[in-house]
Amino acid sequence: MNKIRFYAVILLVIGALLGAFVHYSEMPGRGFISKFPYKLGLDLSGGSHLVYQADTSKIASENIDGSMETLKNVIESRINAFGVAEPIVQTEKGTSGGQEIHKLIVELPGVTDLEKAVELIGKTPVLEFKTEKGVRSIPAATGTNATATEAVDVMEYEATELTGRYLDRAQLEFDPNTYQPMIALTFNEEGKALFADLTTKNVGKTIAIYLDGQPISAPVVQEPIRDGKAVINGRFTPAEARDLARDLRYGALPVPIELVGTQSIGASLGTDALNASVEAGIYGFIIIALFLLVWYRLPGIIAIISLTLYTVITLALFKLFGIVLTSAGLAGFIISIGMAVDGNILIFERMKEELQKGHSIEDGIKEGFARAWLSIRDSNTSSIITGLILFFTATSPLIKGFALVFILGVFVSMFTSITVTRTLLLALGMKKYEGATKFLFGHGLKK
Amino acid sequence: MFIVKNRKIFYAFSILMIALSFASVWKWGLNFGIDFTGGSVIEVSYADGIQASTTPSATVIRENLINAGIGESVIRQIGDQGYIIRTPHLDDAQRKEVVGLLGGEIKKLDSVGPVLGRELQGKAAWSIGLVLLAIVLFITFTFRKVSRPVASWKYGSVAIIALLHDVIVPIGLFAFLGRAGGFEIDALFITALLVILGFSIHDTIVVFDRTRENLSLPENSKKGFDQIVGESLVQTVSRSINTTLTTVLALLALYFFGPETTRNFSLALIAGIGVGVYSSVFIASPLLVTLEQMQAKKASK
Repeated sequence: MNKIRFYAVILLVIGALLGAFVHYSEMPGRGFISKFPYKLGLDLSGGSHLVYQADTSKIASENIDGSMETLKNVIESRINAFGVAEPIVQTEKGTSGGQEIHKLIVELPGVTDLEKAVELIGKTPVLEFKTEKGVRSIPAATGTNATATEAVDVMEYEATELTGRYLDRAQLEFDPNTYQPMIALTFNEEGKALFADLTTKNVGKTIAIYLDGQPISAPVVQEPIRDGKAVINGRFTPAEARDLARDLRYGALPVPIELVGTQSIGASLGTDALNASVEAGIYGFIIIALFLLVWYRLPGIIAIISLTLYTVITLALFKLFGIVLTSAGLAGFIISIGMAVDGNILIFERMKEELQKGHSIEDGIKEGFARAWLSIRDSNTSSIITGLILFFTATSPLIKGFALVFILGVFVSMFTSITVTRTLLLALGMKKYEGATKFLFGHGLKK
Repeated sequence: MFIVKNRKIFYAFSILMIALSFASVWKWGLNFGIDFTGGSVIEVSYADGIQASTTPSATVIRENLINAGIGESVIRQIGDQGYIIRTPHLDDAQRKEVVGLLGGEIKKLDSVGPVLGRELQGKAAWSIGLVLLAIVLFITFTFRKVSRPVASWKYGSVAIIALLHDVIVPIGLFAFLGRAGGFEIDALFITALLVILGFSIHDTIVVFDRTRENLSLPENSKKGFDQIVGESLVQTVSRSINTTLTTVLALLALYFFGPETTRNFSLALIAGIGVGVYSSVFIASPLLVTLEQMQAKKASK
């Protein structure tokens, strides 16, 4: 008896400690434990979720995985350069209409302006090097406002193979003579050869550098350049030059991507959803607790304690494992509070039968647990199977979050509804099923 | 036992519900959300800093969108100064245009391209099929030692019939609600269906488990199969009802106090879990008795 009471006290102390952890780790400045905040999904914290489809049609199938990995790294470094906190970039394979598709998923917490997010990722500056094609005469403008009266000669350029794709490095430098900002480009091996070829063929002519379709400069080639280095002189401000250098550096994507799905949630909507979920959770808990108290009386109170432990343990696990909570995940948690009671109900109903057969309370409790175990095991196994399938077929983080919480809830509830409830009930140390005890272990609305 | 004895009445009630569900799907069709069809949903609010009088009417917004070449949109007002607008899938340029056109504060913008829609269709079908298959296999395995008088795979098949019932009725309900209240079949609805499957099988397994236990008890060796099933039902019915009740209580809290996002989800679950407990108690176990009696008739011929 003392042994079981000792265990019961230990369980309650652990519960209290976990409760304190869950509570105090939410407050700022509590040292180590403050490092375990809840991780909120985008739908609760606000942010953008972007899904890109990579066009892998031009890539040999054995190279697709490698290219996707590079793509992921490029996008990651691009986002990091902008200083978004805790972005998530991941690649995913899928099947759509019988076709294999490769997706790149980007989550940007806190970036609630979708256009900004799209721009941030999709901003691939296109750098082109073009050679002279010929001179075209633009006829003189006519009309009353015309100032030019003569035809103007304009140099036309044609595209070459050399583009920003062959860049190895791009960095901000200042012209030693004029102190103007400029961008120093270094080509990779392929680019070096192309550039050498271009400059050799065009000595004495101009090569125009185009950025996003606009010419920025057209220097005259003095002599062939074989070291793969070039400089862009434009009328940049230092800030512009710095941004451009950065964009060029992260510019080249190994696989073309197309935006196929977006989701953006404003911060206020996320907060509303979070508050509503917490409120629903609290009310749900209270209603279930009242039901347990009224229907199962003393064992009901024990079940409420187990359920409190269930809640505390699950919340602590959310924090410790850093499980990302979404509105669906919280819904799953609230539902699981209702389902976690199932183990207790199975056991109490069975206990009731055993007590009616004339067992002592202690035997009744033990028998009730032993016999209910098979049902609990089988039914929870089927829930876990469902949860796993849900997890692996989930298409959105919302549903993945739900599945994860659901599976976790089943495991934790098996522990609390069996081990915790059983220990606490036995620790009460009641023996005979009569008198006040009979009332306390009774059930339903009758005496 | 009451339920086993009057099982035909309960069968009839289920058949009626299933028939109504099919009729409702046939008549109104299913209102698929953008997750499945592709499209965009924008929640816009004119509450902050803009006078209520300048909140454009739904008609104006619809016309503006048509003029911009976006196509037909479905516009639902929320509150006094906000709308939820569903349009065909917007590409990059169109999205910018629409956001500019609306002018208010964009609280939420979801856009699903047709590629992703098709992906979800495939996955939804897969996951439901996979869950059903896994459950049959699991039940057949768990009840493998119970072969008399009804083979264990029959427990599995009966469970599936009950499960199909639990899935068909919420679908029928949402076909009706889709017509009456704009409810959509989205990815969360599919999740709800899977949870319903899991929950309903929970109940069914508990009753089957009790039947298995009672069949093995020596004092029951002289009782008929129908009597044993009936007794097992009586022994487990208060558990089934109470568990369903606590879960439904949690769901009601979620429905009334929880966020908008999961409101339809909780409604689908309430309907499905309610039907689920009905099918576990009134359909699955009585069907076992029916199967056993059909076997017995065959054997006596």
